[in-house]
Parts: sequence; C-alpha cells; structure tokens
Amino acid sequence: MSLQLEQSPTTGDEVISNYTINFGPQHPAAHGVLRMVLELDGEIIERVDPHIGLLHRGTEKLIEHKTYLQALPYFDRLDYCSPLGMEHSYVLAVEKLLNVEVPLRGQYLRVLFAELTRICNHMLNMGSHVMDVGAMTPNLWLFEIREDCLNFFERASGARMHSAWFRPGGVHQDVPEKLLADIGEWLDTRLPQLFEDAMSLVIDNRIFKQRNVDIAVVSKEDALAWGFSGPMIRAAGIPWDLRKSQPYDVYDRMEFDVPVGTRSDCYDRFMVRVEEVRQSARIMKQCLRDMPGGPVSSLDRKVVPPKRAEMKQSMESLIHHFKLYTEGFRVPEGEVYVATESPKGEFGVYLVSDGSNKPYRCKIRPTAFSHLQAMDFMCKGHMLPDATAILGAIDVVFGECDR
Amino acid sequence: MAAVIHSAPRFASNEGVLDALTKALGPMLVAGHEAHGEVVLTVARPRIADALRLLRDEHEYQQLMEIAGADYPDRAERFEVVYMLLSVTKNHRLLVKCRAAEDTPVPTVTTLWPVAGWLEREVFDMYGVIFEGNTDLRRILTDYGFEGHPFRKDFPLTGYVELRYSEEDKRVVYQPVELAQDLRQFDFLSPWEGSEYVLPGDEKAEGGAA
Repeated sequence: MSLQLEQSPTTGDEVISNYTINFGPQHPAAHGVLRMVLELDGEIIERVDPHIGLLHRGTEKLIEHKTYLQALPYFDRLDYCSPLGMEHSYVLAVEKLLNVEVPLRGQYLRVLFAELTRICNHMLNMGSHVMDVGAMTPNLWLFEIREDCLNFFERASGARMHSAWFRPGGVHQDVPEKLLADIGEWLDTRLPQLFEDAMSLVIDNRIFKQRNVDIAVVSKEDALAWGFSGPMIRAAGIPWDLRKSQPYDVYDRMEFDVPVGTRSDCYDRFMVRVEEVRQSARIMKQCLRDMPGGPVSSLDRKVVPPKRAEMKQSMESLIHHFKLYTEGFRVPEGEVYVATESPKGEFGVYLVSDGSNKPYRCKIRPTAFSHLQAMDFMCKGHMLPDATAILGAIDVVFGECDR
Repeated sequence: MAAVIHSAPRFASNEGVLDALTKALGPMLVAGHEAHGEVVLTVARPRIADALRLLRDEHEYQQLMEIAGADYPDRAERFEVVYMLLSVTKNHRLLVKCRAAEDTPVPTVTTLWPVAGWLEREVFDMYGVIFEGNTDLRRILTDYGFEGHPFRKDFPLTGYVELRYSEEDKRVVYQPVELAQDLRQFDFLSPWEGSEYVLPGDEKAEGGAA
C-alpha cells in the first residue's frame, strides 16, 4: 500500500482571505468592557475597530440633574482606579467659576492625595500591563502597594475607593496626624522596598522587553495630532506635564522631574510610569515636609458647609448647613475648561453654568477616549498578541472612557 | 474682574490674545470674549474648519483636546459645538465654538486632526449634530440600534426603553420604561438672598399698613 499524502488545506489555488475576530467585551486583557473588531491577515493585525460605550451610564446627563455637590461622587466612578484624580479637575473647575480661595493646607492635602492616587493607579496599570504580556508575580507584589494606598484613602475619607473627599473649596475633612506620619514612614520604607523589588523583576526582563520594545512607535507629530496626553505624550519625547506647565494647587512649589521617553514604544510608556511613581513619592515627601496647619477648606460659608460642632453652637451655621445640603451653592454664569494631569493624562472638565445650583452642561474629557482611538493606527502591522501590550500601555479604564 | 484667588491650572496669560486672534480671524469670527480666565471665540459655522486650520498652523494651537456639544433649546440654532484647543509651545488654551441646528451640518475637522473622528462621533451620537465630511459618523457610546440623541435637553433622564432578561424568551429584551413612581426632580431654588417668589400675603406688606 502506497503512502498517500494528506492534502494540505492551505496549498493549491485556494485564496485565504482576511478574517475578522472579536476581542472582548469579556476578555481579561481588554481591561474592562472593550470590544475590538480585529481584521487579521494570519496573525498580523490589519485593522482595529474598537467598539466602546458598553459601560456608558450617561454621567454627564445625570450631573445636569444634580447640584454641584451631588455631582462630585460621579467623578469617583469615572476612573475608578484613580478617583481623586478625577475629582481634582471637577473641584478646580467649580472653584474657577466661583473664584474661591482654598487654604494652603487644603491645597497641600489635595496634592498629597493626588500623588498617592497616581501611585495607586500606576500600580494597577503596571501590574496588569506586565500580566498582559505574561508575568504573574509583579502584579501580585504591586497590589500589595495598592492595598496600602487604599488603606490610606480609607483613613482619610472613610472609603477605600470612592472617596468623594475633594470638595469645592478644599477637602471634606482634615486627616489625623498619625496618618501623615504613617504615609511618611511608608514612603521611606515600604514603598521603595516593594516597588523596586517588583521592578527588578520586570524592567530588565528579556521577555518583557521582547514584548514591548519597538511596539507601537508613535512619532511626536502623531502624538500631537491624535490628542495624546500624560505618559503617552511624554513617552513620545514631548516633555508636557500639566503639573509643571500649568500648575494648579501647590504644584508650583514642588520640585520634581518630568520623565520623557526616547523611542516612544510600549516599553517607554511603561518606564515613564515607573519614574513617575518615584517622582510622586518625591512630591509627597515635600508635601509632608512643608504642609502648614490651619483650615483645610474655604471659610466662605456660602460655598463650604460648616462643621458639625459649629452647627451645635450657631444658628447661622445651622442655616448654612441646611441650605448648602438642600439647595446647594449657586455658581455664577459662565463656562470654563479645566484640565489636570490625572495619572492617565489630561483629564478635563468643561463646565457651563447658567447661574443656578446645577451645572447646565458638564462635559468630561476622558484620557482613554483619544488614546483608544489611536489603537487602529498603533496596532496596524503588529501581531495579534501585541494588541494586549499596546492596550496595557495605554492604560484604559472604561468607567472613564465610556462615562 | 476680581482678582484671581482660585488655584485652578494657571496657563500663559490671556493678555492680548483676544485682540490678536480677532485680527487674525477677521470676518470668520462672529464674537469673542474673555471671561473666567478663558478666551472664547465664536466662529461662523461654515468657516469653522478654516478658522481651526488657521489657529493650528499659524498660531501654534497644535492639539485638539476635546469637542463638546451643548444644547440650548431656546435658540434658533440650538446646538453649540465647542472645540478645546491647546498650544504646547505657547502653553495656552482656547475655546472655539460654532452654532448648529439639527439640519445644518458642521464641517468636519478630521482632516486637521485625526483625533476629531471619535470626538465628532460622540457629539453626533449625543446631540445629533451632523458633521459634513466625517466618513465614519456612526454612533459610539450608545447601544447598538439606539434611537434618539440622549443628551438633548428634551430627552428624558430615564430614557424611553429599558432592557431586562426575559425568562420566557431566554434573552435580553427591550421594553418601554415603566417607573413605579414618577421621577422626582426637586427644585431647591428657594430664596437664598432675598425672595423673588410671589408668596401669597406678600402684597399686604407692600401695600403698607392699610
């Protein structure tokens, strides 16, 4: 009996056409509910069509029906990995319309916790990015730091994630002295130890480099045209950091460096974040060193409600408290666009006030929206598994992208 | 204007910007003003792409950060499309806007900035503003097969349809919204500094001790 060769399905005059696959919306590397329609030629990505909006909750519409204070907690729920970074833009936008002064201690506390948020956010992003390209351990180690951060948030505001702690006019309440001491100690001991330990596994790792170096290279011109911001634009070599160029709160008093990338690939984006964590720790130490005493929120009682103890003594305080928690404060007519450097990039709030106690329009500018749009051109010509690395380096969170 | 005491982001000074841009835009500009530390320029709708090209190429506003829609139902052209520009070299921000109605298309700026693609899709999805020249004007945030434009002021907060899993059909079904009680909208706008409401009995005080 002669040997009969099985006919190969790919030889002959058959033509293999491109095929389309679904990535997500329930894929662990999709970082939430992203559905990407990928057009593949073999394993090479030809076209990416991200379908977003699966987590759309109409936050902006809901905010139009709430008072300025009631609208604040919605911001925690946008980017739930860096809630205080989201609140920061909103409270600054309201303060800009009201032109209200925040006491120095309030500003220092906001900067301190905004930077803690940055560390917390980068821990999640770097951990999941590393896991997307195949490593397990660093993620677990980084989550230990994240857990510490969440404990600090809890001690300051009472909530681990959805703090609602930044308020128009300052912060909700002062922090215990012990918390500041503990954060200082944590910055000196646990954070560098755990973080550098985890990073020693990753940054020179051969597999990690093979998966990230030279993946999704974006030129400076493209980075500007596609509306990049945050670590994405800095990795492209443009030293643009809103904390430096357009300082808000007490960032102008802080000394820190802005890391920039040289090759603008996924590895650079990762390394920019690594350095940002170190710089954040530096800013936090300066905050702890220089923080003055005094009130944490504005004493303008037409904006910031009085403390409970005061209410027990004074009739006027009681009235203010009641009015601010029912009617809320009224914001002068006008429109502002305020953007801050959230851990993921430029997070902006376009606030239109008609002079009443509710925002007329509150447009939220998410960072991931423009970055995700560039997925198509960044993925083109790369292999299918690179899509997860690119996505990990963008740092998307769908609460924010879909709003 | 009162002194700036808030601590919001401080970008380069607005001084002279409005005058310079008014001169540069010439007849394209409909109105321009500066308030709350923001320079806001209103541009004639058919010229919006030209105006933005001028601002990008000759005035260093390299980045388009955001396009926001807004709905003012009382106006003849009810929608506003607001473009937030950022100059990374001049460290300055600018708000450029134009007005549009449901049936008057706005020229696309996807030819200037590729990022405008999704931003315009979002404004179209939420408000129904049409962008002429945008080749991919699909819905983006709302559900597949969604009808209406949810951020319009006349679109109810609760929407028109809700979806649930149907045990009989073994699939998710859409049905009209049924509220167990009316959606409660509290109006807390009561007198804060002096009443402007007409309260019964007030006329007696006005009329003197008669």
